[in-house]
Amino acid sequence: MTQAKTPRVVPSAARDPLPAGDASPSPRLSMTPVGGPVLTRSFLVLVALAALAGLTIVWRFAAGLGATTALNDGYPWGLWIAFDVVTGTALACGGYAMALLVYIFNKGKYHPLIRPAILTSALGYSIAGFSVVIDIGRPWMAWKLPLFINHWNLNSALLEVALCIMAYCVVLYLELMPAILEKYKGHRIADALLPVFDKALIFIVALGMLLPTMHQSSLGSLMMLTGPRMHPLWFSPLLPLLFLIGCVMMGFAIVVFEATFSSKAFGHKPDTPMLRQLAKVSAWCSLLFVVIRFLDLSVRGNLAYAFGADKYAFMFWVEFFCFIAPVIILLTKTKHYSLGNIFRQAILLAVGGALYRFDAYLLAFQPGPGWYYFPSVPEIVVTVGLVAAEIAVYVFVVKKFPIVAAEPAH
Amino acid sequence: MSASRIPADDSIAARLERAGVSRRHFITFCGKLMVVAPVGLAITNHLSPELVAAEIGKAKRPSVIWLQMQDCTGCTETLLRTSQPDLADLILNVISLDYHETVMAASGHDAELALQDAMKQNDGKYVVVVEGAIPTKDEGKYLYLAGRPGIDVLKEVTGRAAAVISMGSCASWGGVASTGENPTGSTGVISLIKNKPVVNLPGCPPNPYVLLATVLEYARTGKIPALDEQNRPKFAYDRLIHDHCPRRPHFDAGRFATQFGDDNHRAGYCLYKLGCKGPVTHAACSTRHFNEVVDAWPIGIGHPCVGCTEQGVVFTTPIHETVNIQRALPPDAYPPVWAEHKGISPIATGVAGIIGGALVGGGIIASRKLNDDVEKE
Amino acid sequence: MATDRRTLLKGFAAAAASMTVVSTPALARARKTAPADAVGLLYDATKCVGCKACVVACKENASLPADTRASKLYDAPEGLNETTKNVIQLAKSSEGQTSYVKKQCMHCVDPACVGACMLGALHKGKYGIVSWDASLCVGCRYCQMACAFNVPKFEWSKVAPKLVKCELCKDRLAEGKQPACTEVCPRKAVIFGQYDALLDEAHSRLKAAPNTYVQKVYGEKELGGTQVLYLSSIPFEDLGFRFNTDQPVPEVQQTVQHGIYKGFVGPIALYALLGAVMFRNRKKSTEGEHDAS
Repeated sequence: MTQAKTPRVVPSAARDPLPAGDASPSPRLSMTPVGGPVLTRSFLVLVALAALAGLTIVWRFAAGLGATTALNDGYPWGLWIAFDVVTGTALACGGYAMALLVYIFNKGKYHPLIRPAILTSALGYSIAGFSVVIDIGRPWMAWKLPLFINHWNLNSALLEVALCIMAYCVVLYLELMPAILEKYKGHRIADALLPVFDKALIFIVALGMLLPTMHQSSLGSLMMLTGPRMHPLWFSPLLPLLFLIGCVMMGFAIVVFEATFSSKAFGHKPDTPMLRQLAKVSAWCSLLFVVIRFLDLSVRGNLAYAFGADKYAFMFWVEFFCFIAPVIILLTKTKHYSLGNIFRQAILLAVGGALYRFDAYLLAFQPGPGWYYFPSVPEIVVTVGLVAAEIAVYVFVVKKFPIVAAEPAH
Repeated sequence: MSASRIPADDSIAARLERAGVSRRHFITFCGKLMVVAPVGLAITNHLSPELVAAEIGKAKRPSVIWLQMQDCTGCTETLLRTSQPDLADLILNVISLDYHETVMAASGHDAELALQDAMKQNDGKYVVVVEGAIPTKDEGKYLYLAGRPGIDVLKEVTGRAAAVISMGSCASWGGVASTGENPTGSTGVISLIKNKPVVNLPGCPPNPYVLLATVLEYARTGKIPALDEQNRPKFAYDRLIHDHCPRRPHFDAGRFATQFGDDNHRAGYCLYKLGCKGPVTHAACSTRHFNEVVDAWPIGIGHPCVGCTEQGVVFTTPIHETVNIQRALPPDAYPPVWAEHKGISPIATGVAGIIGGALVGGGIIASRKLNDDVEKE
Repeated sequence: MATDRRTLLKGFAAAAASMTVVSTPALARARKTAPADAVGLLYDATKCVGCKACVVACKENASLPADTRASKLYDAPEGLNETTKNVIQLAKSSEGQTSYVKKQCMHCVDPACVGACMLGALHKGKYGIVSWDASLCVGCRYCQMACAFNVPKFEWSKVAPKLVKCELCKDRLAEGKQPACTEVCPRKAVIFGQYDALLDEAHSRLKAAPNTYVQKVYGEKELGGTQVLYLSSIPFEDLGFRFNTDQPVPEVQQTVQHGIYKGFVGPIALYALLGAVMFRNRKKSTEGEHDAS
């Protein structure tokens, strides 16, 4: 089905402007386009879903939010914010998580996973940004956000999130540029720009770690403003910390998911030990998250709510299960788990993190009796279509540009 | 009962005295004028009917020439068919009806002479009241008065008048004669007479006291009452039937008759659902009923208003078809502190469930496949 | 495995450090008070007869259309919405007593919506009135998430939506008139005036009739104080006022955020730290390669 080009093994110094610290036993693989036909059947299905979303988006702009979404005055934020933006950006924190691991904690052996993670992040944040544009009611005013500096309300956590995400999108694409330019090596412009990126990489990558730290924590702070209208099981002054740990956890989980998925789709050999390690790091984050959450709840006297007989307590424990099951399975040293199991735990971690964010934004939010919200079909179609578009673009870029570094499966 | 002095001249008070009209009737009449025009007219701008009587008493009887065109004589009937016998006398002493084909004694050539005399004697001072629409098609062939087209008569008589009053919907805008295809090209006075002030009093028929108040105001002050954009006097036509309807509390509380003769109809509830045109009709009928009998008006006797003053409503919209409320106001009911808003769409939950299920299933299957592959490791 | 444990310990240390930063009480922000020129409304539910003249007057003054969705015959909004800035609702207490309650923007002393708004489209201006500027609004609806009284309403039905809420008739105030609702009230159940004077009046009413009123002026302290004050004969919770805490809605969030971002010192320091670590790592590995070769 897919024809991968034979990977070249290259000495590290000549290869990487930011070489990794740990010496790795296996030869360093280089990144090459996966190759193969783009218009496969699954690709066309994804494109069809994306096209359906596109038509729905046109309808949203023609008819207004009231006609196409189930959003209302009681629940002004719905699926597009809770999933596309808040959860989607966290699932797109693979680039952030991997950058921390490789460049700060100096784990060079994970380097081959950086580019695919950055690509996923760039696409994920683009989808999030696009979702914001279709969600806000007056998008023709959005250009004022970065430019009307004298009007900036520095008390607004949302302003910080918006500006940070805009900046981070730019940074992600800058981080992706070397991969894009490498394909065109030999051309004048590419040859002129590549060294520039080499030199600037520390500044860009450092920014690429600062910005997510800022806005992912602020996504937690956003919900703090709902104050008394947020259920005590989720309201906390530690929301920024919890969201930050959550996004790092989800970033690693998504890298595992995406690397496994890629290797199956393109016929590569997955580096199971590496992925196992990543899943474990994610599980440690999950443990940290759970500990802080429980400590926070008990210190502020709200743990009793977890034992009420209502949907809040129920979802709290569902979240807990998704967080704690991978911890138990991955961190108890009973055996080396198979890739399949690792894959399942990674999904659970990602789902747990996503569920926590969904619950914080939608379930814990209590506007008062008589208000209801469930995403409408057009909202679901748009979200599904945007995710499909993201996957399709990912597949396309990975096939055409040097993103993935892997051996073919035997 | 006594006047302080008996004026020697032709004032209304003097004439009434000489005609032997009971002063009580006159005072009652003035009281009715106050009901017709509580605000907006100088002659009723007093605190008691006695003061209004004194005001009107000083006026000279206005000369009125009454022309009948394509009419049914209903507007004349409304003026004269009173329920109190003396009132006809009273009216004919309050205005000088110098020419009226239905009630005057003269006929034939004498009638024509009477018209010419009336016009000559009160040249420039008489008020023309026109009843009925004027056909304009084919040079006005469809109405001849004494051998001349109605249009010509109208133009001649109004040409020497001080003011023109279109009595009834037909004279105001064409009325029933102008509905449908309008085969005779019927139209109201105001489309034909441009050189004189024209006051429209639409209605089928209008309340006679509106006419009398208008004429007396002109007689006493020399001025026509304030008019709206359709030349209707504001004192009578500035409000909708709906705004002053005695059954309005039933409307506000949502109590409607749904069929003629049902319990709600018998209870006197709102007739909106039976097609009442009150919400779109400007007229005085809600507070000023007919024939000096309380509740002698369509809604009062249990039939929805048909909008007889409004062009485009009466004779055009079906009588029992409901109308839109132009200015919706809060009802009698109150919303609760926490109202129930729109619930959750079952279709959306279904779709989401399917997608969620597919993802979960896909995840499990994918991970199982991986398991199989890697066991070989 | 050892390296992972080290990583974990580093992570815990960072987490602990950030927890202490966040929970420092010294960084709490000072509570706001009503501005010197503050005006407001005093609504006495015991005087209201539910005539809804205020609802009609508000609609006419603001040129708002009737809400005929429930029935085409009446303007019958279920509550505040995109066509309704002021509404009268019927409240019932748990003991079966009823009361009318007027709902509109509370013009809070420390408004959550103002704290939320990115470009300051919602701002607290002259007389302490919270008003909305269309030229700065992107329609993000964060203000709706923030307001504890569910006040700001969004024009969901429009393609170019606006935010709809009471602005205390600030245009009429500029002409020296009262707000439309207070002008038409036939019982003076809702009155307009200087905030301090209204608060005094409210307290004197409470003292004069202790058996009629719940002995509290709602809005004096609740959620940091509001410029629209309420007096009632039934519990305020039954009128739809859910919260009794004095804490202004934005207090927790802004304390935490300002603690983290004060003077932008934190982000800059973090950026410098990240850059320094990366630089050191690069140096270490190039030295290592030189050694190896």
